[in-house]
Amino acid sequence: MTCTIHARDLRYTYPGGHVALAGVDLAVNHGERVAVLGPNGAGKTTLMLHLNGLLLGEGELRIGGVRAARETVAQLRAGVGLVFQDPDDQLFMPTVREDVAFGPRNLGLDAAETQRRVDEALAAVGMTPVIDRPPHELSMGQRRRVAIATVLAMRPQLLVLDEPSANLDPRARRELLTVLDGLDTTLLVVTHDLPFAARLCERAVVLDGGRVVADGPSDALLADTVLLSAHDLELPEGFAPAVARRVAA
Amino acid sequence: MSGLHDLSLASVAGDPRSAVHRRDPRVKLLGLGSVTLVAVSAPVSAWPAYAGCAAVLTGVAIAARLSPATIWRRARVILPLVLFAAAFIPFVREGRVVASVGPFDLTAEGLSTFAGVAAKTAIGTVSAVLLGATTSFPDVLRALERLRTPRLFVLVAMLTYRYVFVVAGEVRRMRTAMRARGYRPRHLLQAGPVGHAAGALFLRAHGRGERIYLAMAARGFTGTMPQAVPLRLCAADVLFLLAAAVPLVALRLTLEVMA
Repeated sequence: MTCTIHARDLRYTYPGGHVALAGVDLAVNHGERVAVLGPNGAGKTTLMLHLNGLLLGEGELRIGGVRAARETVAQLRAGVGLVFQDPDDQLFMPTVREDVAFGPRNLGLDAAETQRRVDEALAAVGMTPVIDRPPHELSMGQRRRVAIATVLAMRPQLLVLDEPSANLDPRARRELLTVLDGLDTTLLVVTHDLPFAARLCERAVVLDGGRVVADGPSDALLADTVLLSAHDLELPEGFAPAVARRVAA
Repeated sequence: MSGLHDLSLASVAGDPRSAVHRRDPRVKLLGLGSVTLVAVSAPVSAWPAYAGCAAVLTGVAIAARLSPATIWRRARVILPLVLFAAAFIPFVREGRVVASVGPFDLTAEGLSTFAGVAAKTAIGTVSAVLLGATTSFPDVLRALERLRTPRLFVLVAMLTYRYVFVVAGEVRRMRTAMRARGYRPRHLLQAGPVGHAAGALFLRAHGRGERIYLAMAARGFTGTMPQAVPLRLCAADVLFLLAAAVPLVALRLTLEVMA
C-alpha cells in the first residue's frame, strides 16, 4: 500500500442526525507530516476514524490506492495506525509487552516476528525498559509513548495521532516531539496544540463545520491570525511559528 | 479510598528469584488450587488433611521467602469477613450445650463445625494469597488461558484487572471534586449526590468501553483475542506440582477410604 490519503467529498452523519463531515477534500502524499487543526466539533476525530475504516462515510476515500469499504477494512487497519487521545483507552492488555504484541498477532504474525516487532517498536519510542510493566504503573508521558509503540509494531505506512500532546508536562511533551520527529512514517496529527503542530508538521489543514477550510504550509497558515480567530484557534502570545520550525530543524 | 490503594496488595511479594516465583504459573495455579480443593472437600473434622495442607502452604511460603506479616496483610482483606459469617455457626447448630451467652446457647458440635470451617477458610485464603504473591496477575491469566479456561472468561478478567485501576482513579477524582465543593454527607438524605456520581461513573465507564473497543478494532481485533505467548514446563515445574499436590491428594483419598 503506497501511503496517500485521497478524500473527495467525504461525508458522514451520525445516527442522531449530527453532520460531522460535510464534504471533506484532502490529499496527503507519502512522507508528509500534516497537522489537522480545528475547533471542537469540527469533525477531526470523525475524519480520523474514517482513515482506518472504523467509520465508513459517503463520498470517496482512498488510502494508498485502497478504497475504504467494508471489504477492505482489514487492509486499512494493517496500513493505518491510529493513536487515540487517552492512552488508557488504547492500552488494554495487562502488560506493555502483550499490548504492543496485540496488533502484530492480529495481523497473523508468528511469535518470533511478533517479538521482533515488539522490541523494535518499544526501542523506537525509548520504552524498552518498561516492557513487562502493567500500563497503569506508567506515567502519562510513558503511556503515550507506549500507545504509539502499539501502533508502530504493526509497521503502518500512515500514523494518525489524536491530540498527542494532551495532558503532558513540558518535558514529556518535548520527549514525545523528539520521538515523533525521528519517525519516517507519514504523519497526520490531530491537535489543538498549535505550537506542537508548528514544530512537527510542515503542512497544516484547518477543519471546521465538517469541511477543510484552509490548507497550506504550517508557517503561513499559523501566521494568519485572521484565519485562526475565524475558526476559534489561537497561538500562545509571542509564539512565532516560522522561528519554531527553524529551531526544531 | 484506602481500599482502592489495597489493590497494590495484588502485586508480587517475597523474593522474585525464589524457586516458587520462577515456577510456571500453571503448576502454581494447579498446585495451590489442589491444596484448597483438598481442604474444602475434606469432612469438617478431618484435621490430618488440614495439617497436611498447612504444611504444604508453610513450605511454599518459606521457599518463596514470604514473611507471615506479608501473608497476614493480604489475608486480612478476606479472612475476617468469612470468619464473621462463620461465627454464628456455634450458636445455631443444635447439639450438646457447653456454654450460654445471654439467651444464646453454644454447642460442642457448633464449635467443632466452626473450627473446621475456619481451617478451610484459612487454607483457601492463604493458598490464594500465596498464588497472588508469587505470580503476577497477567501470568495467572496466561495460566488460565493455557489450561483451557473459556477465553471469554479470561478476557473479562483481563479487562477487569486493567480497568479497575482506571475506574478507581476516576472514583478518587470525583470524590475529591465533591469534597472540594464542601460535600460532607451527615445523614442518609444527603446521600443523593453519591447516586448521581455513581450514575456519572457508569456513563463514563460505558463511554470508555466504547472507546476501548474502537482502539481494539483499529488494531485489527475481529472478536477473538490472539493466542498468548506459549508457556513451557520444565522438570522443576513438574516436581513442584508433584510435591505440592500428590501427597495431599493421596492423604485425602486415604481419609475417604478410611471413612
